[in-house]
Amino acid sequence: MQLLCNSCRVFLLMASTASKLYSDDVSLVVVLLDTNPFFWAIAKNSNNSNPNLSFSKFLNHVLPFLNSILLLNQINQVVVIATGVNSCGYIYDSSSSPPASAAKSENGNMPGIFSRVIQKLEEFVIKDQQLSKDESVVGNPSSLLSGSLSLALCYIQRVFRSGPLHPHPRVPIDSCVVGAQHSAFLQQASYITGGVYIKPQHLDGLFQYLTMVFATDLQSRSFLQLPRPVGVDFRASYVPHS
Amino acid sequence: MEVVTMRAKYKTSVKEPGIPGVLNMTEDKFSFSPNDPRVSVKLDVGFRSIKGHKFSKEGSKQALLNLTQESGGYIFEFDKFSDRDVCRDFVGKVLGKLQAVTSSRQDAHGESERAAIPVNDEQLSTAEMERRMKLLREDSELQKLHKQFVISGVLSEAEFWAARKNLLDADAHTTLKQRVGFKSAMLADVRPLTDGRTNKVTFSLTPEIIHQIFAEKPAVHQAFLNFVPSKMTEKDFWTKYCRAEYLHRTKNSVAAEAEAAEDEDLAVFLRHDDILANEARRKIRRVDPTLDMEADEGDDYLHLPDHGILRDGIKERNTDVENELTKRTLLQDINRHAAVVLEGRTLDVELGDTRTVAEALARSKQAELATGSSDENQNQERLERVSRMTEIEDLQAPRSLPLAPLCIKDPREYFDSQQANALKALGDSGAGARPVSCNLRTEEAYNSLSEHISEIKAAGFSDPVVNPDVAVKVINVLTHHLSSTCIRLGKNPQESVLDRLPNRTKEELLHHWTSIQELLRHFWSSYPVTTSYLYTKVGRLKDALTQIYPKLQEIKESMQSDSRHQVSLLVQPMLQALDAAFAHYDAEMQKISTKSRERPNGFA
Repeated sequence: MQLLCNSCRVFLLMASTASKLYSDDVSLVVVLLDTNPFFWAIAKNSNNSNPNLSFSKFLNHVLPFLNSILLLNQINQVVVIATGVNSCGYIYDSSSSPPASAAKSENGNMPGIFSRVIQKLEEFVIKDQQLSKDESVVGNPSSLLSGSLSLALCYIQRVFRSGPLHPHPRVPIDSCVVGAQHSAFLQQASYITGGVYIKPQHLDGLFQYLTMVFATDLQSRSFLQLPRPVGVDFRASYVPHS
Repeated sequence: MEVVTMRAKYKTSVKEPGIPGVLNMTEDKFSFSPNDPRVSVKLDVGFRSIKGHKFSKEGSKQALLNLTQESGGYIFEFDKFSDRDVCRDFVGKVLGKLQAVTSSRQDAHGESERAAIPVNDEQLSTAEMERRMKLLREDSELQKLHKQFVISGVLSEAEFWAARKNLLDADAHTTLKQRVGFKSAMLADVRPLTDGRTNKVTFSLTPEIIHQIFAEKPAVHQAFLNFVPSKMTEKDFWTKYCRAEYLHRTKNSVAAEAEAAEDEDLAVFLRHDDILANEARRKIRRVDPTLDMEADEGDDYLHLPDHGILRDGIKERNTDVENELTKRTLLQDINRHAAVVLEGRTLDVELGDTRTVAEALARSKQAELATGSSDENQNQERLERVSRMTEIEDLQAPRSLPLAPLCIKDPREYFDSQQANALKALGDSGAGARPVSCNLRTEEAYNSLSEHISEIKAAGFSDPVVNPDVAVKVINVLTHHLSSTCIRLGKNPQESVLDRLPNRTKEELLHHWTSIQELLRHFWSSYPVTTSYLYTKVGRLKDALTQIYPKLQEIKESMQSDSRHQVSLLVQPMLQALDAAFAHYDAEMQKISTKSRERPNGFA
């Protein structure tokens, strides 16, 4: 039986950058966005478990969430990596972008940083499309999750190496699955790395899930009660945990 | 046949004094005869009835060896631990061999056809046997599995270990004997003892220290070879050495110079060590020429406040320029010491006779020099290295290396193929398990994605981002979820379901898991079944697996209702794994039987 891959994930990698900076409630959050066009096309059309989560709605929840992380602590850092079908790439890094000015986007309906993110995302999707070779795809192509995960871990390593001390970073992998099915891989990834795995039921309240669960820094996680898995599917799959 | 005879005391309990006598052990039995012929206690016991052996730790009060039987056992006390160890090792070997023989014999009984396959008849060396015994001793879980499957005949000894070759190999590497190197303490720590009343100063030199002096101070070493015993006795030599050391230490430079002028032999020790200087020069030549040595220049902290040399509890602040030399020599001493310690002890000579040690050291030095390439070669090498390191940009190959994007051939298999099972296991509603067919063309899909992006670009975010009603609903769901898992799983986030079960159940579950894994590993590795040996093996394994099945059910049913759900979640994957194996077995059997109907000869 062939199972189709139609789960989309927001992947959050958090690393406490305590050594680099001064306090331990500073976060470096690397967000892996799944931009698999096939998945999102289904998500739009299908009317089963996730009735109305189109990609634009999804962005409507995720982008404000990124902003709220930056608001929580002014030295928090957010990196966004897009995971396409043929490529993956960085689309936003709050440390290298010019300081968010009060300037609005051209049509004035969202803050400047978001219009930059969206613009980069557009460019990424176009590039990803150009890389696709054959026109007729059998079944659903999968996103290059392993590739973007490697990018994210490399980025975190680099940040930590550039500090004066070289601690081994603790990098929990948080997963938020908005597809129809659970992902055994992400369950294990989150479990091994001590991250949180959730699959929200009310997708129109996605922002609420994100801010309640994933915006918490590592320091606070030691005393907060976060959702825990009732069971983890432990069958063979390999998660590169450091 | 090997025989061990040892003086020992036989006792029936640890506390009693015991009967002195002689213990005699052969490969199949042991006997004990008391020294006093009047004592009636006499033993003659076959090893076959012995179940195991225990022994007291080295350093404890008595050197005991206990050969245990089904009930009770035989306790022997030895005079020395070394005697006991000889007997213990012998017993271990014998018991190990017996066990292998019994299990293989059982196997042989089970299947007569097996004889054709030589797997089981491997001749084990005693070392191999001991290694296996040791592994079993160290790992109680392994021992349990071994006992459960090998002794009961489900697996043969060879099959059991064949799956654990890596354990045996890894163990072999650790048997290399470690060599003891120099102590890392500096020679400066060998300080003179003064008795406080007279002016006499005592140095004590051990062979160990002398060896170290030779290794660290080549000039002293050379002088010893030159002077002793032709010019002076060994005692005189060391007296002079200590005297020089003492003058050096007390920084009595005037006195030192005066003495050196008088006694040219003593001067050898006080002068700069030429051999060392030569060696240093040679080493510097060998340093990578591209190394930036200037970078280390700032490492001299001695002039900073709070830095200095701590000796005898007093900090010597070297403020005067005159001490520049002392500082240097001290640093050189430390470096030299470090180099010697790192080089390690190269001599295999017993550290008794100083002369032999000195000569052996000289020989090894010479050998070192001989093996080192000549200066000319080194120069050539240096030049090559420099040219390698200096980069001429015009001549470099282009930096962009050919690269292929990291890609898993079929990621669906990797990430998601088990989702249907996972869903069932998690007790989720199966709404999403239905595969959604997607026959979109690539272009369409991308266009739709781009449309969505432009949509949000044009329309901006909804305000508010989340409808307050929905937000409340999410908060309620999350808090409810949290509080319910708290009750079910306990407060501690690290605590797993397993920890909340009674200890016995937990252990049972874990043990079943390991047993199932062990059996399944053998089961699946037997396919495809090509020989009659594999055929019977698979049958044997299947029977053993079948026996575990009802036990799992039993555990599930014995639980209280509140934790039964948790346990059934834990047991579920085990049952699934078993079912998969059974299904495969049945399917294969079916195939074989249809085939054999076609071919009346039956199974080939």
